Amino acid sequence: MQIQDFEKIFQGKIDTEIKIEPKDWMPDAYRKTNVRQISQHAHSEVVGMLPEGNWISRAPSLKRKAILLAKVQDEAGHGLYLYSAAETLGVSRDEMIEQLLTGKAKYSSIFNYPTLTWADMGAVGWLVDGAAILNQVMLCRTSYGPYARAMVRICKEESFHQRQGFEILLVLSKGTPEQKAMCQDAINRWWWPSLMMFGPKDTESTNSDQSMKWKIKRKTNDELRQQFVDMVVGQIKVLGMTLPDADLKWNEERNHYDFGEIDWNEFWAVVKGNGPCNKERLDARNKAHAEGAWVREAAMAYAEKKSKKLERKVA
Amino acid sequence: MNNLIIKQYYGDYGEIETGAASTTSAETGWPLWEVFIRSKQGLDHKHAGSLHAADAQMAIENARDVYTRRMEGVSIWVVESKHITASNPDEAGELYEPAIDKVYRHPTFYDLPDEVGHM
Repeated sequence: MQIQDFEKIFQGKIDTEIKIEPKDWMPDAYRKTNVRQISQHAHSEVVGMLPEGNWISRAPSLKRKAILLAKVQDEAGHGLYLYSAAETLGVSRDEMIEQLLTGKAKYSSIFNYPTLTWADMGAVGWLVDGAAILNQVMLCRTSYGPYARAMVRICKEESFHQRQGFEILLVLSKGTPEQKAMCQDAINRWWWPSLMMFGPKDTESTNSDQSMKWKIKRKTNDELRQQFVDMVVGQIKVLGMTLPDADLKWNEERNHYDFGEIDWNEFWAVVKGNGPCNKERLDARNKAHAEGAWVREAAMAYAEKKSKKLERKVA
Repeated sequence: MNNLIIKQYYGDYGEIETGAASTTSAETGWPLWEVFIRSKQGLDHKHAGSLHAADAQMAIENARDVYTRRMEGVSIWVVESKHITASNPDEAGELYEPAIDKVYRHPTFYDLPDEVGHM
């Protein structure tokens, strides 16, 4: 068989909704796109722990602290599911970690924004996780089997993240004038970066067409972004807060909300490493990795010692 | 032929043998483990995912932390990934061919009168 025949069989599977599994033949570019996307997704989960970790020691009550700890632990787990899925494509964990630590690999730009107040924990849960969930629900049906299975697991856990975030804001929205102001301020700061999470416009996105054809993605950036706007506009009314967009209004013809133009200069600046916290995040990851080295070594040394002991016993 | 094509089609992520990179971390030496979870008594263990760990004990503890945080399991199996032999999807045709033409293995193959009742 020629390469073209393999490609035909492969695309045939995709078209008939048969999942691609690790040992199946796949085009080089499909493998690379998946490795890139899944590892970036994994890195995002891992770096995503940092802005929230910032508030674990300062959560306003024991209950909130326990919830935040559980949420951050979930993110670590999500990172692991995704790294494992990427590993099935032939990339090693070490390689992916190295790409993250050296800044070669990207992660979601949203985590390069600082979490300034407790209300940010609410806004991150509601808006950032809310935006991520729309993307992840779509990815539950992605064509690469291990990625889809990881996403199903993640989506099951992610719903609590969004709900606890909204609840944080709901409590603040019913609080003192200062608490209400804090709630509105957090929404104002996180709204636009959340919209940016869906990536460039469809007309500017380079990876979109092929990813749709391979059913890695099933909705375009703009479709998901619109879905998010429509969803949030309904929910913010419950909070009695507003979204910082003067152009936001219902469009009868489109049956969707119109919204203002995203500041794409800011988007590209953060993507290229010039966001408020890019350096801080990478430094924190590098520090954690370096300081954890002795633990990894000790665990291996202990495992080796134990297995030698066992060997002696058997002998 | 098939192997040749697969080889030239792998990307810039280094040489890959039989569809997977070395499963042991070069940096830590921690091998890859496959995790199987029994969700409740009476059910089979089912593949849940994989993780790196220094030894079996640590693999079980890590599996508990990542795969059973919400009571998803009552029993965990771990096995080093290198010990799993998988069938080759390219040979699926030949491998499962003997099953295809044996329709008489299914109960619906036998046409019995209604009077027999449920059988």
